[in-house]
Amino acid sequence: MEHIRTTKVEQVKLLDRFSTSNKSLTGTLYLTATHLLFIDSHQKETWILHHHIASVEKLALTTSGCPLVIQCKNFRTVHFIVPRERDCHDIYNSLLQLSKQAKYEDLYAFSYNPKQNDSERLQGWQLIDLAEEYKRMGVPNSHWQLSDANRDYKICETYPRELYVPRIASKPIIVGSSKFRSKGRFPVLSYYHQDKEAAICRCSQPLSGFSARCLEDEHLLQAISKANPVNRYMYVMDTRPKLNAMANRAAGKGYENEDNYSNIRFQFVGIENIHVMRSSLQKLLEVNGTKGLSVNDFYSGLESSGWLRHIKAVMDAAIFLAKAITVENASVLVHCSDGWDRTSQVCSLGSLLLDSYYRTIKGFMVLIEKDWISFGHKFSERCGHLDGDPKEVSPVFTQFLECVWHLTEQFPQAFEFSEAFLLQIHEHIHSCQFGNFLGNCQKEREELKFWRNMYHQFDRTLHPRQSVFNIIMNMNEQNEQLEKDIKDLESKIKQRKNKQTDGILTKELLHSVHPESPTLKTSLCFKEQTLLPVNDALRTIEGSSLADNRYSEYAEEFSKSEPAVVSLEYGVARMTC
Amino acid sequence: MEFAELIKTPRVDNVVLHRPFYPAVEGTLCLTGHHLILSSRQDNTEELWLLHSNIDAIDKRFVGSLGTIIIKCKDFRIIQLDIPGMEECLNIASSIEALSTLDSITLMYPFFYRPMFEVIEDGWHSFLPEQEFELYSSATSEWRLSYVNKEFAVCPSYPPIVTVPKSIDDEALRKVATFRHGGRFPVLSYYHKKNGMVIMRSGQPLTGTNGRRCKEDEKLINATLRAGKRGYIIDTRSLNVAQQARAKGGGFEQEAHYPQWRRIHKSIERYHILQESLIKLVEACNDQTHNMDRWLSKLEASNWLTHIKEILTAACLAAQCIDREGASILIHGTEGTDSTLQVTSLAQIILEPRSRTIRGFEALIEREWLQAGHPFQQRCAQSAYCNTKQKWEAPVFLLFLDCVWQILRQFPCSFEFNENFLIMLFEHAYASQFGTFLGNNESERCKLKLQQKTMSLWSWVNQPGELSKFTNPLFEANNLVIWPSVAPQSLPLWEDGVSLCHPDWSAVARSRLTATSVSQVQAILLP
Repeated sequence: MEHIRTTKVEQVKLLDRFSTSNKSLTGTLYLTATHLLFIDSHQKETWILHHHIASVEKLALTTSGCPLVIQCKNFRTVHFIVPRERDCHDIYNSLLQLSKQAKYEDLYAFSYNPKQNDSERLQGWQLIDLAEEYKRMGVPNSHWQLSDANRDYKICETYPRELYVPRIASKPIIVGSSKFRSKGRFPVLSYYHQDKEAAICRCSQPLSGFSARCLEDEHLLQAISKANPVNRYMYVMDTRPKLNAMANRAAGKGYENEDNYSNIRFQFVGIENIHVMRSSLQKLLEVNGTKGLSVNDFYSGLESSGWLRHIKAVMDAAIFLAKAITVENASVLVHCSDGWDRTSQVCSLGSLLLDSYYRTIKGFMVLIEKDWISFGHKFSERCGHLDGDPKEVSPVFTQFLECVWHLTEQFPQAFEFSEAFLLQIHEHIHSCQFGNFLGNCQKEREELKFWRNMYHQFDRTLHPRQSVFNIIMNMNEQNEQLEKDIKDLESKIKQRKNKQTDGILTKELLHSVHPESPTLKTSLCFKEQTLLPVNDALRTIEGSSLADNRYSEYAEEFSKSEPAVVSLEYGVARMTC
Repeated sequence: MEFAELIKTPRVDNVVLHRPFYPAVEGTLCLTGHHLILSSRQDNTEELWLLHSNIDAIDKRFVGSLGTIIIKCKDFRIIQLDIPGMEECLNIASSIEALSTLDSITLMYPFFYRPMFEVIEDGWHSFLPEQEFELYSSATSEWRLSYVNKEFAVCPSYPPIVTVPKSIDDEALRKVATFRHGGRFPVLSYYHKKNGMVIMRSGQPLTGTNGRRCKEDEKLINATLRAGKRGYIIDTRSLNVAQQARAKGGGFEQEAHYPQWRRIHKSIERYHILQESLIKLVEACNDQTHNMDRWLSKLEASNWLTHIKEILTAACLAAQCIDREGASILIHGTEGTDSTLQVTSLAQIILEPRSRTIRGFEALIEREWLQAGHPFQQRCAQSAYCNTKQKWEAPVFLLFLDCVWQILRQFPCSFEFNENFLIMLFEHAYASQFGTFLGNNESERCKLKLQQKTMSLWSWVNQPGELSKFTNPLFEANNLVIWPSVAPQSLPLWEDGVSLCHPDWSAVARSRLTATSVSQVQAILLP
């Protein structure tokens, strides 16, 4: 709280991001301990969580006031104009402090109170049980067992306590192998395919340098390929470009030498590193945020950002992995440099392709818990939760979500969850509202005790979309109501039949039936009424409020410009009555 | 039949058919006057029925005595036939080549097609100009139907009946016709009931370099303005192009002679530029190398989406003038048969809820494309695979359908029809058993006696059984104006339409998947 000097500023303008004529909304800006809140004159609220703020920029003073540009990690960009420079400066300084916390204890998750009691809280944390998940895959079994080698995080700090390894791999082999692997991340089981008896394993790069070898590591790999009774050879996938892997050799790291390991087939996949991905996303966002973009600039920008090329590289790797297992019955060992970024992407996407369970809502949460959280994807550093090295920030998980989104687009029926679920997850890896994504690995967490639409989800005027989802949900509701009506009517018919069989239809009975008919009528009316909200919903999502409408701006352009230069840059608002 | 001499080998056995998405089929290939038929002669197996007029280009290759014919269709499909025997293969190839490029329209399939269904409603009489006129004659008495073009003497590309301002007599219309390109004097295209504003369309005025003027023309278009109101003239060419047109006798309305009108130039490309764009786009879609960067730059180089954006932008502007500015507009380009029609028809999709229903959209195509004289015969003679350079081909109608798809995608609940309906219209515009899209204008259609000798596409489409395939299950009628976004981020490629049969995208399969999933949802939800 000590960072907040001004809590409320009035007469602040919120500029339209894509408007070419500086259209704006006027309202009041509030600064709270956790959020920045803007309420415009139509009482529409814009909430921005401090943790979502990626950067705050104060631009040069203009005649109308001091511009403040805030870029968020969920790809929202807001452009305020604060009338007085002092207020602007105060807010700017407060936000700088509030958006970058130095300690985990200051994060929102520790102050967020959802009004749950302790048992509910515990239930939430116990919802996903990874031991249960490995049981579902069919391990431990005659080939794979639970190893207690890392029980106290002694062998590898960034791995979880419970690891599954081949039954024939003894503890000395594991310890030996871990010494030969970067950060001690030795090969362990990530996914076991029950039908094919093949496994996806993961590790970090070997410390092979130019010639070093390690017998224990070679034994462990052999044990993995022996654990697959169908196929004697196994794939080792290095997800880095070959050049990067070779460069690592000079630093005493590197990749497996096929001559030293029996029965392995070595393969480079060529996914770029976190720094390339970071700048690629940066370029993509720059293109998407350009005012008055032409179609050709958009596509050349999209291409030069390389974002889709990187997405494709990750997808290709996952497809290669899935094919190796389903077509060739071969086990696969995946690694990159440290085995927590690209390896997590490829292992989890591969599992998603192979196993329909991961395409359910629960299964997807399990997948993230297993391949990302438990195996030590450094969420806090990659998402910049705390004030730290900006070079460690990278959209690795965002990329994974986008890959999944591409799959949902191609196979709309295969997934239980929708785009909204992926967006919600993306929102919360940055929000620090819940404890799930805090910290960099399991150990650290215990010591603490405790995605086109993606990039334009807030630019409502740019993507007019009638919601199919709303209509289907409405139909669903309506159907439930109809089913209820049917049940009611059926029970009434039964009653009547009983009465008929019981006795004679007297006039009194007929009278007693009368009051029922109005209820029947109301239920029919209700049916018509439920149909209407569809239209209402449609109007509300289209944002037909004057504020959202780009027309006033258009009219300006109209009267200002000469006939030959009138242009409709950005599309128009949406439905208007 | 007349085609006997063109068919040297009517039947070949053991032909193997390769198609994307399907396993290869071996069967007997038959050649008839209008179709290429392949049958495996087993129950429930695929058969190929391909209209010769759907064939855009063919390639032949030989390996030993096995010949291969690759057929590239106007709907962008690519089919491969392996034919044993060099002679058979050569015969088949030359027959296909001859039959797919018949000169005479009266030899085309629609003149031989006999429907297998019972005609409930004759599509030739479904959308009569008189009925269309009645729709707005109740709201206004300022317009009348004119029969001045009854013999097609005043304007060869106009229908016999047109709607013009009531205060202008036929004599004046004849004079105006001499001042407008192709005799296309300004006529009513759309009447906006909400505020009584109108869209008119015409050909360019023939001002020439010496600034010719025509008092009747000025009087005609001024008759549509209310007192004290100004109107807008949307010229679908850039100012430069319009100025150059003066040298060839064309031109644009001078401010001095039309003081009540403001001219806006929007540049929409035409003819060979559009055709080249389509060729490049389909080339990019058929590229087998999977490289993300090359795909994006090829897509960019085709400029297809830029054309989409330009057309949509002009249409939005027109709609905005009508609905927001409360001003009437006149739209023309050079001839007034291509970009003009794109803009007038898309503006109606935006403004008029009726044109988003199936029947309304059919009426729109009948009125704004067929009656208005879009030269379908010339524009759709060849498609993306043609290698001979021809002047008149252009995917003008396909671009229009693509724009409609873009709006449909942004407002998935506002249209009664679905994507399949648009694809069906595209296919029939290029090759069809129906006579609807034959000929370049009403006058040619009359001479060909299409109404008597061929079936109308609408007779087939409007049967309840067929309509169900084209109906959007999410449709909720609304009376709103829909304003689409034209930002590049909101305009994706119409994969199912434009890369109909790309071998590696399961685009088509995917669209079927979504469609079936929606109908399944409906089946579950609607007892």
